[in-house]
Amino acid sequence: MSWLTPTMQDLLLEALWQTAVMVGAGAAISVALGLPIALLLYATGSDGLRPAPWVNRPLGLLVNATRSTPFIILMVAIVPFTRLVAGTSIGTGAAIVPLALAATAFLARLFENALREVDKGVIEAARAMGATRLQILLKVLVPEALPGLIAATTVALVSLVGFSAMAGAVGGGGLGDLGIRFGYQRFMPEVMATVVLVLILLVQGLQSFGDWLVRRTSHR
Amino acid sequence: MHDETAPADRATAIRLIGLRKRFAAGGTVALDDVSLEVKQGEVFGIVGRSGAGKSTLIRSVNLLERPDAGQVEVLGADLLAMDEPALRSARRGIGMVFQHFNLHTRRTVAENIAFPLEIAGVPRAERAARVAEILPLVGLEAKRDSYPAQLSGGQKQRVGIARALASRPRILLCDEATSALDPETTQEILALLRELRERLDLTVLLITHEMGVVKAVCDRVAVMEAGRVIEQGRVFDVFTRPAHPTTRRFVAEVIGHAVPQGTLARLPRPAEGQVRQVVQVVFTGPHSTRAVVSEASRDFGIDINIVSGRVDEIAGEPFGVMALAAYGPEARVAAAFAWMRGLGLDVAEVSE
Ligand SMILES: Nc1ncnc2c1ncn2[C@@H]1O[C@H](COP(=O)(O)OP(=O)(O)O)[C@@H](O)[C@H]1O
Ligand SMILES: [Mg+2]
Repeated sequence: MSWLTPTMQDLLLEALWQTAVMVGAGAAISVALGLPIALLLYATGSDGLRPAPWVNRPLGLLVNATRSTPFIILMVAIVPFTRLVAGTSIGTGAAIVPLALAATAFLARLFENALREVDKGVIEAARAMGATRLQILLKVLVPEALPGLIAATTVALVSLVGFSAMAGAVGGGGLGDLGIRFGYQRFMPEVMATVVLVLILLVQGLQSFGDWLVRRTSHR
Repeated sequence: MHDETAPADRATAIRLIGLRKRFAAGGTVALDDVSLEVKQGEVFGIVGRSGAGKSTLIRSVNLLERPDAGQVEVLGADLLAMDEPALRSARRGIGMVFQHFNLHTRRTVAENIAFPLEIAGVPRAERAARVAEILPLVGLEAKRDSYPAQLSGGQKQRVGIARALASRPRILLCDEATSALDPETTQEILALLRELRERLDLTVLLITHEMGVVKAVCDRVAVMEAGRVIEQGRVFDVFTRPAHPTTRRFVAEVIGHAVPQGTLARLPRPAEGQVRQVVQVVFTGPHSTRAVVSEASRDFGIDINIVSGRVDEIAGEPFGVMALAAYGPEARVAAAFAWMRGLGLDVAEVSE
């Protein structure tokens, strides 16, 4: 392990931290934005609580357009927006913007599907009890869909780890970037192997934690 | 269709007038000019085959389904004239129980029962007190912290009933509340409904495709077919004197009006100069417990063979149905049956 010099250790730790920040912040923002969008998509759908095609269609289109743009292109395409939000278009902080955007669109659809999985009967029962639409959304749909929402978030986290590897293109750093710069460009296969190993462990850990949380929260 | 059998001395709980509903233009008519009146304290049943429009009708009572035309009055209030907040508060006074229970999977029994109170803004302590009060009513004290997945079907429906009653409604709607349960559990739930009706002075409107449910709990019944009410009246009357062929088929399911054909074929032939006449006799009213068969045999000098028979109780009144094969001279057999009709029994000749 002669390559694992103190300098390299620092680089690895720093990259791990950068990945954690990008994935963590990206996930937090995308959950916070994706859930309201999913609720809006669900509520305004043709069989929703308040059907509104003029809201549902454009929103659905926007979500699909974002989802179908390859991440590396999205990242470059929204540079002006990134600059507006983050004040700069390079660095870890700037990379969070496209990551959060891509994950928001991704999660909005996954969340919407999780909401659709909720038994219509419970919603009907709540309506019969005199619940408002907002109460149905927040007190019936979200709690009943929680295990599904957590499973969707787990999928998004894993995808974010993958997306974040491309963040090197805008100077975001992170494990993927380290692997490319040292493992590939400087011919240090040990670094590449270490980076891949850490990524595998990270993804495994996230998935196991997500699965555990789903089991904890569902009472089926 | 007006029903004179509605107890006139009681206030009206639910009045539906001329309800019409068609789900899609050109589609089948789910409700076709349906009018009903349910009095306070009654258990009113609506029976019909699948697709008859029963669910659409019961869902019109709390406007889960909005009829295209007609009037919906609950406890004197015109529901169709209400704005949303008024309708929501009216719905709190109408409990509803569902075939598939519709419980929150991630809430415990106690939390499920407290849900209607929670959305009505009842403070936590008050909710807990009400749950503690209602759990024993449905016999679920021991299950208060269980999740629905840990309960049997009957227990789940008890939670459904407790939840429907949490906000002290005067009216309970049951949409096939026992259809997902086995016969024994069905009887338990029906007994519970009967008991709660007495204790809480509830009005119950229930729909079912099983006449047995009507027989077990209802005071009055309406029979639906293709979106229309084809017959209604007191349960005893509908069971003993069904007017419509569909009603007769429903009644036959429970009390077996049909004369067994195999038995008919094995009946002995009449002696020379005699006739054999098979009849179905429905015993109701004061003569239902009289020894009609032996009296007729003795007084008219004929032989009577009981082919099949059954005595039952409907809505607390005795009721019997028998298939009889009478042997004797034609005139005496006819006289015996005329005598039975004179007693008020329903005697119908059965063609062999
Ligand atoms: N939401 C709906 N959309 C379209 N058709 C419906 C809907 N609900 C019921 N129907 C139709 O209305 C008729 C009556 O249905 P329903 O009231 O559910 O009958 P029942 O409860 O007696 O089985 C059926 O033909 C059914 O297909
Ligand atoms: Mg139905």
